[in-house]
Amino acid sequence: MARLDVKKTYKLYIGGKFPRSESGRSYEVYAAAKGKAQKGTFLANAAQGSRKDARDAVVAARAALPGWAGATAYNRGQVLYRVAEVMESRRPQLVQEVRDAEGLTAAAANSVVSQAIDRWVWYAGWSDKFVQVLGGLNPVAGPYFNISAAEPTGVVAVLAPQESSLLGLVSVIAPVIVSGNTCVVVTSAERPLPAITLAECLATSDVPGGVVNIITGRAAEIAPWLASHRDVNAIDLSGAAGADGVDWGALEEASADNLKRVLRPAGTGTAAVEPDWTDTPDLSRLQAFLETKTVWHPKGR
Amino acid sequence: MSTPTDTAVGASVDATARARDLLGVSRLTNQALTTWLHGLPGVDQVGCEARAASLGTRSIKTTSKQWAIDTAISMIDLTTLEGADTPGRVRGLAAKALVPDPSDLSTPRPAAVCVYGDMVTTAKQALGPDSGVKVAAVATAFPSGRASMAVKLADTRDAVKAGADEIDMVIDRGAFLAGDYLTVFNQIAEVKKACGDARLKVIMETGELVTYDNVRRASWLSMLAGGDFIKTSTGKVQPAATLPVTLIMLEAVRDWRDLTGDQVGVKPAGGIKTSKDAIKFLVTVSEVAGDDWLDNRWFRFGASSLLNDLLLQRQRLTTGAYSGASYIADDSPSTAY
Repeated sequence: MARLDVKKTYKLYIGGKFPRSESGRSYEVYAAAKGKAQKGTFLANAAQGSRKDARDAVVAARAALPGWAGATAYNRGQVLYRVAEVMESRRPQLVQEVRDAEGLTAAAANSVVSQAIDRWVWYAGWSDKFVQVLGGLNPVAGPYFNISAAEPTGVVAVLAPQESSLLGLVSVIAPVIVSGNTCVVVTSAERPLPAITLAECLATSDVPGGVVNIITGRAAEIAPWLASHRDVNAIDLSGAAGADGVDWGALEEASADNLKRVLRPAGTGTAAVEPDWTDTPDLSRLQAFLETKTVWHPKGR
Repeated sequence: MSTPTDTAVGASVDATARARDLLGVSRLTNQALTTWLHGLPGVDQVGCEARAASLGTRSIKTTSKQWAIDTAISMIDLTTLEGADTPGRVRGLAAKALVPDPSDLSTPRPAAVCVYGDMVTTAKQALGPDSGVKVAAVATAFPSGRASMAVKLADTRDAVKAGADEIDMVIDRGAFLAGDYLTVFNQIAEVKKACGDARLKVIMETGELVTYDNVRRASWLSMLAGGDFIKTSTGKVQPAATLPVTLIMLEAVRDWRDLTGDQVGVKPAGGIKTSKDAIKFLVTVSEVAGDDWLDNRWFRFGASSLLNDLLLQRQRLTTGAYSGASYIADDSPSTAY
């Protein structure tokens, strides 16, 4: 007897829980079109997040900040490594979802998932090292120790890449949270399913609730509210490149109101493009969401 | 600022004489009170909770929301009732009452600051004579109310002498639950006399009264004894101010005015933390008691953190952007020291 498909309706990930969108909306997610077909096959329903979901997510991220920023660097590194472990154990599901979303071959999808997992490990290793590399003892003209140390900037809004649904997503989340920031992520609109599975990985690893909040839906609808939100300290506009109806210049302007740190998309103006996420990263994304605290201390003999 | 209309009503009315008239008895006895209070119709618990829940579903938007937020701010009794209250903390609270939002001076001031009796002088000094913000003091061995009558009266007189505009007293819940209504009545009436021109808020501590029927009886008893306000809770006992309990109290003050012509205020206190909650209460006030009560002379919120949430919502409406805790003045600068 033929068995009926179990079609899923996914939810958001806010404050460590999986709520429906406050708006009650959802939208249909299709696989990448193959060959001459206009549209791929139906995959699942995803929640369509609203501005109020973003508002709730910021509250959750703010609440999680003191605990996460206050955790030891060693502990944060372990937690990030644990995410890699959990993803590894769900590899087949992730590979299938990346294949469906991006229309890749099995081998290519497998390679993308490997790189995404390795990226967690790469950033996990930096957790107790970037402070030494980016800070240091400054020579000053007086009998003082002058020490600069990097600290997390706070709550970071992240527009995740539209094209690279898993590797790109991990590449924007990991550098934000490794230093102790918490984040609100708006996923790719057309390819949200790998992000939802990542949320399930995060929920079952040791990442405290609220450190990463994931909202599926349209960036054009949600991003302006995050950009103007005065309780958001920084915004990563990487995913504005290629997102429907998103003017990243306007978002940058709105971000100026409370002096948010802004990470622009690669390229300029309308020619903004998604970076190549397969490149080995450097510290620039991590560094973009840090504040430098400088301490003066009198020097004895 | 004490205008004639802001002083207590019925200060000269002899509560016992009025009670005798209302009850139709020649001598006020516990039995007469019991018969009268137990003759009140019982509260339909399921119906009351369903009504409160349905009133909480109203959608209040745009200009109505703006009005509701400003009205709610003007109804707050900004409260600090901690053993660790310092003069600095009380002054901080007073400063917050004077300028709730330094980034928007059009923000209304709360109705009062509510403190322990020994902090009245500090609060009065910090607020100054012309601020329009009143000082309310809790008295009568707050929050338990377990003290002799002499101590309760001395507590009250002390706060009034220090300049309190309003007195928040607690009823003797032990006596009430034991069915000794006359003792509760006499205590309220005596404290009322000790208040002079200060308005008296009667805290019933509904969280300890167990049933909605008891809330209704305590409301009527408090009004009969001369309370200017009936107040849900001390804030020290859970559950505190719930919507169904407030609904029952609002019905009581409405019916009391129909019966006697005197208006009595209502003050839910404790547990109201968000603007959304506050707006639900305002809807309930309007629907149950009527718009006559939508004024800080007749309705108050006993709260401390509610003001901050209302300010955040107000900023959201005026600036168009969501706001955060960094844009709200910290009213407790000296708690750590």
